[in-house]
Formats: sequence, C-alpha cells, structure tokens
Amino acid sequence: MQFTIEVGRYNPEGNYDERAVAGKPYPPPWDKASPRRYQTYTVDLPAHAVVLDALIAIREYQDESLAVRCACRSAICGSCAMWVNGHAHLACKSKLTTFTKDGKTRVEAPPSMPVIRDLVADMTPFWEKHHAVKPWLEAKQPEPPPMEEYRVPNAAMEELIQEVSCISCGACLMDCESFAVNPDFLGPQALAQAYRYAGDPRDAETKERLGAYSGPGGIWDCTHCYECVTQCPKGVAPLEQILKLRRLAVDAGFTNNAGTRHADAFADSVKHSGRLNELTLLPRSVGFFNILDQLKTLPSAFNMIRAGKLPPLIHKSIPGVQRIKNIFARVGGRFK
Amino acid sequence: MTIDHDVLVLGAGLAGMRAALEAAREGADVAIVTKVHPIRSHSSAAQGGINAALGEGDSWESHAFDTIKGSDYLADQDAVEVMCREAPADIVEFEHMGVIFYRNEDGKLGTRAFGGASQARTYFVGDITGQALLVTLYDQILKAGVKVYEEWFATTLYVENGACRGLVALEMITGELHLVRAKAVIDAAGGLGRVFEPSTNALICTGDGYALAYRAGAPLMDMEMVQYHPTTLAGSGFLMSEAARGEGAYLLNSEGERFMKRYAPNKMELAARDVCSRSEVTEIAEGRGIDGNVLLDCRHLGADVILKKLPQIHEMALDYVGLDMIKDPIPVRPGMHYQMGGVKTDATGATRLQGLYAAGEVACVSVHGGNRLGANSLLDTIVFGRRSGKASAAYVKGVAGSRGGENVLHAEQARMQELLARPYTGETHARLRLELATMMDKHCGVYRNEAGLTEALKRLSGLKARYEKIAVGDKSRIFNQALTFALEVGFMLDCADAIVRSALERKESRGAQSRTDYPERNDAEWLKHILITYRTGKEPELSYAPVTITQWKPEARSY
Repeated sequence: MQFTIEVGRYNPEGNYDERAVAGKPYPPPWDKASPRRYQTYTVDLPAHAVVLDALIAIREYQDESLAVRCACRSAICGSCAMWVNGHAHLACKSKLTTFTKDGKTRVEAPPSMPVIRDLVADMTPFWEKHHAVKPWLEAKQPEPPPMEEYRVPNAAMEELIQEVSCISCGACLMDCESFAVNPDFLGPQALAQAYRYAGDPRDAETKERLGAYSGPGGIWDCTHCYECVTQCPKGVAPLEQILKLRRLAVDAGFTNNAGTRHADAFADSVKHSGRLNELTLLPRSVGFFNILDQLKTLPSAFNMIRAGKLPPLIHKSIPGVQRIKNIFARVGGRFK
Repeated sequence: MTIDHDVLVLGAGLAGMRAALEAAREGADVAIVTKVHPIRSHSSAAQGGINAALGEGDSWESHAFDTIKGSDYLADQDAVEVMCREAPADIVEFEHMGVIFYRNEDGKLGTRAFGGASQARTYFVGDITGQALLVTLYDQILKAGVKVYEEWFATTLYVENGACRGLVALEMITGELHLVRAKAVIDAAGGLGRVFEPSTNALICTGDGYALAYRAGAPLMDMEMVQYHPTTLAGSGFLMSEAARGEGAYLLNSEGERFMKRYAPNKMELAARDVCSRSEVTEIAEGRGIDGNVLLDCRHLGADVILKKLPQIHEMALDYVGLDMIKDPIPVRPGMHYQMGGVKTDATGATRLQGLYAAGEVACVSVHGGNRLGANSLLDTIVFGRRSGKASAAYVKGVAGSRGGENVLHAEQARMQELLARPYTGETHARLRLELATMMDKHCGVYRNEAGLTEALKRLSGLKARYEKIAVGDKSRIFNQALTFALEVGFMLDCADAIVRSALERKESRGAQSRTDYPERNDAEWLKHILITYRTGKEPELSYAPVTITQWKPEARSY
C-alpha cells in the first residue's frame, strides 16, 4: 500500500533544501527562528504498518538525514512519542490506515517541547518534572531484615500497576493544556508517578509528599482537560491519579491552598443555590483578603465584561434546591 | 572535552545502572555513558520475571541445577553457584527499593512457573517485570545523584599500557567527540540481537559492547550460543513472553496438536527454550506449521488471567497481528532473542583486560552456558551488575588516573571526519545491516552445519569489504544518526564474525548450538568454552577454556 507521510523537518545547522543527501559540504549555520518545514515522502508498506515503519523506511532507504528516536518498535521503550496529525502518539502504535487523513499522515515534533532536530524533541522538561516529585520509595521503618520482604496485600501492589505501566514516553505532557500555559506545572506523568509512591503502603513520607504536591505547580494546577487520559498509550490515565492525590492531600489536611478553596467554594455554592456563583468563586479561591492576586485578575474580568460574559450580579437559587442539599447530606464527608 | 571519573559505566540498562549504584555506594566517583536515555534501555522489554530460590521448599542448589542442566552443562558451576546463592537477597533488595512484585495470599512475594525450572521460582510484575525493575533502578540513580551522559555514543575504548582507561564518545546532541577517562570501565552495553533478522531485540541492540571490548583486546567466550526464543510474534518478531506458557498456554501445530508431547513429554511447553525452538522448527519443516508459524494458545486461561497477568502481550497481539488472545490463538515462531556468550569475565565482572569489567548480556561469566533459562537474564544483570560495581570500586582505589588519551581522541575525530566526508558509494548502513542479519538467520540460526557456516564466513568477508566503503548520508553534526548507524554496522560485523567462527569451531550439538552434521553432544571433546581474541590485521585467534564443574556431573538432558 502507498502511504504519504508529511514530516516536520528542522535542523539548527542548516536548511535541508540546500543540502544534498550525500556528498555536499555543510551549509552555514542557519536561522533557528525559521518556521517548521514539512517534507513529503511516499512509502510502500503493508496495510497493517504503523507510522514508525514508515519513518524507518524513509530513514533507511530514502533519506538518511531524517532524525527520529526509536528502539523497541512495540510500545515498551517509550522513545517515539511525537505528534501524529496534531496529537501526541507513539509512532510505533499508530496504524497508518487509521492516521491517514486527506490522503496523508502528518508527523512532527510536539510544539510543546524544544526541538533538537526533526522528530527529536528535547525531553529535558519532562525528565526534570519526573525527578521533581522524588520518584523513589522512602522505606517505611522498621525496614524488614535483608532477606525479608515487606508484607503487603497483593491488591495494594495491583493498585499501583497502572502507574508502573508508564513507559515515560511523554505523550501526556506533550499535549497537556496546563503545561502549555504554565511550564512550571509538574504535569501528568510526574504526578502519576507521585501517586505511585504516595499510594505505596511501604512509603514512609506519604504526608510530606502530599504537602509538596499540593503547592504551586502541583495537583491543583490540572484543569481536567483529559488530554493525558486520551493520549496515554499505556492506559496510565494520569488525571485519575491526580484526582486520587487530591483526595489523599485534602484528607491529610493540606487544605490551605487555592485548589482546595476553589473546590470548597464550588461545592458550597452548588450546595446552597444549586448552581455556581461565579462572582464569589474567584475571591474565595485565592482568598478574600488576598487583594493582590484578586487585582491581578482584573484585566480578565474587564475582558469578560466587554465580551458580555459577566455573571448575573444577583445570584438566585434553582427551584428545588433542597434536593441538591439532600444529595450533599447523603454524600457526607467534607461537604456535609 | 576531556572528563575524568573513577568508574565509568557504559550502558544504562539494569546491569549498568546496578553497577553504577553499587560503585557509588562504595564511594567511587561514578558516571554512566549511554547511547539512549536509561529508561529506553532494552531491559525494559524483559517481560516474564526474575528467578530466585526464595520460597519455602526451594533451594539455591535446585536453582543452580536447573540452570546448569538448562545450559547443557556448559555453564561454569562456580559462577552459577554465586548467582543462585545471592539471588534471594538481590530480589528482596529490589522489593525494598519499591518494585511492586506480585504477592500471594499472605502478602509475601509470589511466583509463577517458567521454562526449564523444577519449581515455580519466578518473581514478577505482570508481564512488565523488566520495566518495573528498570524504572525503580533509574529512580535510585536519580536519588543517588549518579552522573549520566545521556545519548553519548561510545566509539572506542581507550587502552593505555595494557589497561582500559576510559573511552571516547560522541555526544549526539552536539556532534562533539569527548574523551572520558576513568580508572575502570564497566561494559554493560547490552545485547547484539540486531545481528539477526528477525529478532525480539530493540533496534539499539547492536553489539557495541562486544565489539568495543573485543577490539580493545578482551576475549569473547561462548559466542556461538545464540538463543532463539520459541514464541516471537509472526511478522514483527516481537517477544510473546514465556510467562504465557508459565501461566499454562499451549503450543499447537496446524493439526491442533500439543506437539511438545513428542519432544519433551514431562515438561511439555515448559521445556528449555532451545528445546522448544528446535521442536517448532521441526514441526514447521515437516509441514505442520501455519505460514511458517505455530500457534500459542492462551484461550483456556480465561480473560481474567490474560488481562491481569499478561496484559502487555495481549495488547501487542491486538496491535500488531489484530488478534485477541482471549478468543484466538496467536501465530508465533522462534526468533533470535539473546546472546549467551560475551566478554569473558570472572565472577567479579573482571575481564582479561585490566581495568575493564563487564556485566549483563554483553558479559559471559558464564552462567548461561549453551542455553539460558527464562528469567535468569534479569537475575544475571542485577547480581553481576552489583558485583562488578563493587569490584571496580575496590580496584580504582589503588590506581592513579590517566593523564593521556588525547591522541586517541584525535584519531577518533579524524576517523569520524573521514567517514562523514566520504562520497556516496551506494553502500548504506541499512542495506549492509539487512543483508548481514538475514544471512545470519539463514546460516547461523536454530540449525547449523559446516556448509552453511562456511558460506556465512565467506559472505561476511564480502560484507566487511563493502563496509570499508560505507557512506554516511547525512553530513550534520547535530543528532547524526546515519553516522552512529554506520558505526553500529561495524560493531555488528565484528560480532557476527565471532559468532560464525565459534559456531564453526564447535563440532557438536549443545544447547543453542545445533549442528545437523554433528547432532550429538560430545563431552569428551567439547565440554569446554571457545574463546575468540581479536588480532589487528590478522584472523582472530580461537582458544579454549575448561568448564568449571563443582557438584553436578554432566548427564543426558531431557525434559
């Protein structure tokens, strides 16, 4: 079968147009700010071939200058996460027939990461975030003697296999909406690994972890866009792990933060009136006396007014709000 | 740039990182050079588990006997003893580091059955055991603050006055060559699977560590012992874990018959890997295959076992052959999987080249002999990784650092420049690699004979001549993979040469070496290791080393 692949090319050293496949001298150093170029290749592959098969075929028999990371070819090593038709996927897991749109498949380095060359992204931000959550067990004391394991139920281990299945490909971070606007957000992969240790019954520092993850850039900076759940090739569902961390953190008493206040304000408002009071949501989230942070939101507020998005100044309850209150009473817990 | 360390580890798979961690614990200034990020290492693809005689009623002697019988008596029994005695403590250490091993009802570590083992002694995390160990170890390296030179490609070892004193590496992201000097180097660069096509191995398993050590003067041993895994997926050759058979899966021929009953009536599908692979090839050759494959049937295990204990291979079968293991048998065939041989070391990881240690698949201690048992390779990496880390850290205390080596760096710079400047000749890394690897599978695969191996040697010499003219189709400095692929083909040619020469030399059938012209094992003449030593400008030298026998006398091997 013939497939057409459009590959985003970038080489900080030179423009590929001026370069021959072989034998010609280096072009001079090239303007790094130039826009991404796409080069089109045609490959002949079996119908069940994946995007990576196409890239390897190009690299081996058409254009040796195409740079792409890959190793296992079977969705285990995590090397080949990249943008395929505008979303982060493993090239080795993306069937060409599925990803052919308007007669072609577009492949490029994710725009959310710095690019080293062609499809090779600089994954430094990803690895730094992974490191930042202290992804190692702080052994609970007393540690069993050297020839004895911790006694834990298998269910507690199975509970973590979803996070351990993470192959660190970075697809979740590449498409994370929060990371796109806030480079300091720890991101889905790191927070899923954070839960992997915070949720481990053998870990001694669960509380310290939950405190650290509750800070700026942590669990409350996720906006629930579900991109990470959709893009993860291994079913890790990072967002679900972030939600687990939030519950653990609130239960452990880490409530003095905008995230918890936001959740509380949200719940209170719905409990009392059956719907959201957007006017009080913001001050309650950042803190009523946090005048500085409230002032910072003024430009957005003015823009909303200008766009006719001002919430009603008088907040009314919905009819039958008592039934909502009954639900809260039934749920109990923090929002009783 | 020139950098100095006490201990330099080449490779960041399980063996390399375990070695680095141990050397760091011993107080050495240690760094790792690796051509891929540690998490991308091929250890992550190990699926089924890791062996140890840890359970009640099991003993290290039983584990050792199974390993030695599996090796067809070619393993050195003192080395096997070391591995099997130390296995339980090493597994428990990884549990303490955080690996989420499967538990039984009382919360203690639980096991699954594996091929060639008389007891269920394989500890596991689903079918992602290698990945679970690798990530845990990587996180330990982060915690310990070990320096990692990531995406640095080693081009040569630096040898001075008969001792290994470091290496030269290409920093992929800048295209610069660096001299990394060290008082000791640990070669943990992994396997050579790509020398064969098809192979379960990742594209990065190109035998770099074998060739680098070999060229530097360290002899290779048991190189003829190439393991073909019995269950690799039709087409792609991806690994379908032995865990499937460990959980009870059947191997069926085209008549729906469990054919292993005719080859290994007692162990059936859980006979050693060489036995299963040969049986499959025989079935296929005698017309009872299906398009060159046999079937791996998991249907009777039920959806729960498949989804909980074999989720990864279930998904791979769906992705790459479009079959659901819960409902369909999967077409599989033997595929190149593992190199039992490697750089000859003692039980501390020391090679015959002073200052050079080796651990993991690239090393040959020898604990696997003629055939490795499933779930012994992960064990090999962590036991001998740890031991080489410790031994090298002790060794460097009495050694002064080298002040030289710039000449080696300059020679490598010149070599790379020449390679890059070479005009297009029609010889590319892809063509040479594919020809080499399909040729090796054809003539040096499950069954071998003199005619085929002689032909292989002839073809190899032709390929080597053509390799001298290889051209690199990319002239960039930054992330020039065409250059590193070309260098890898050079490594692979050296590995292939050592494999074919050793296979030709061993005139018997033992373990993975099945000679149709010498179908019997011949202990009188061939109960010995074959070593191969590189000689510049001459044919390599073959020599022998005795097999160490402690308490298990060679006997007939049947399953």
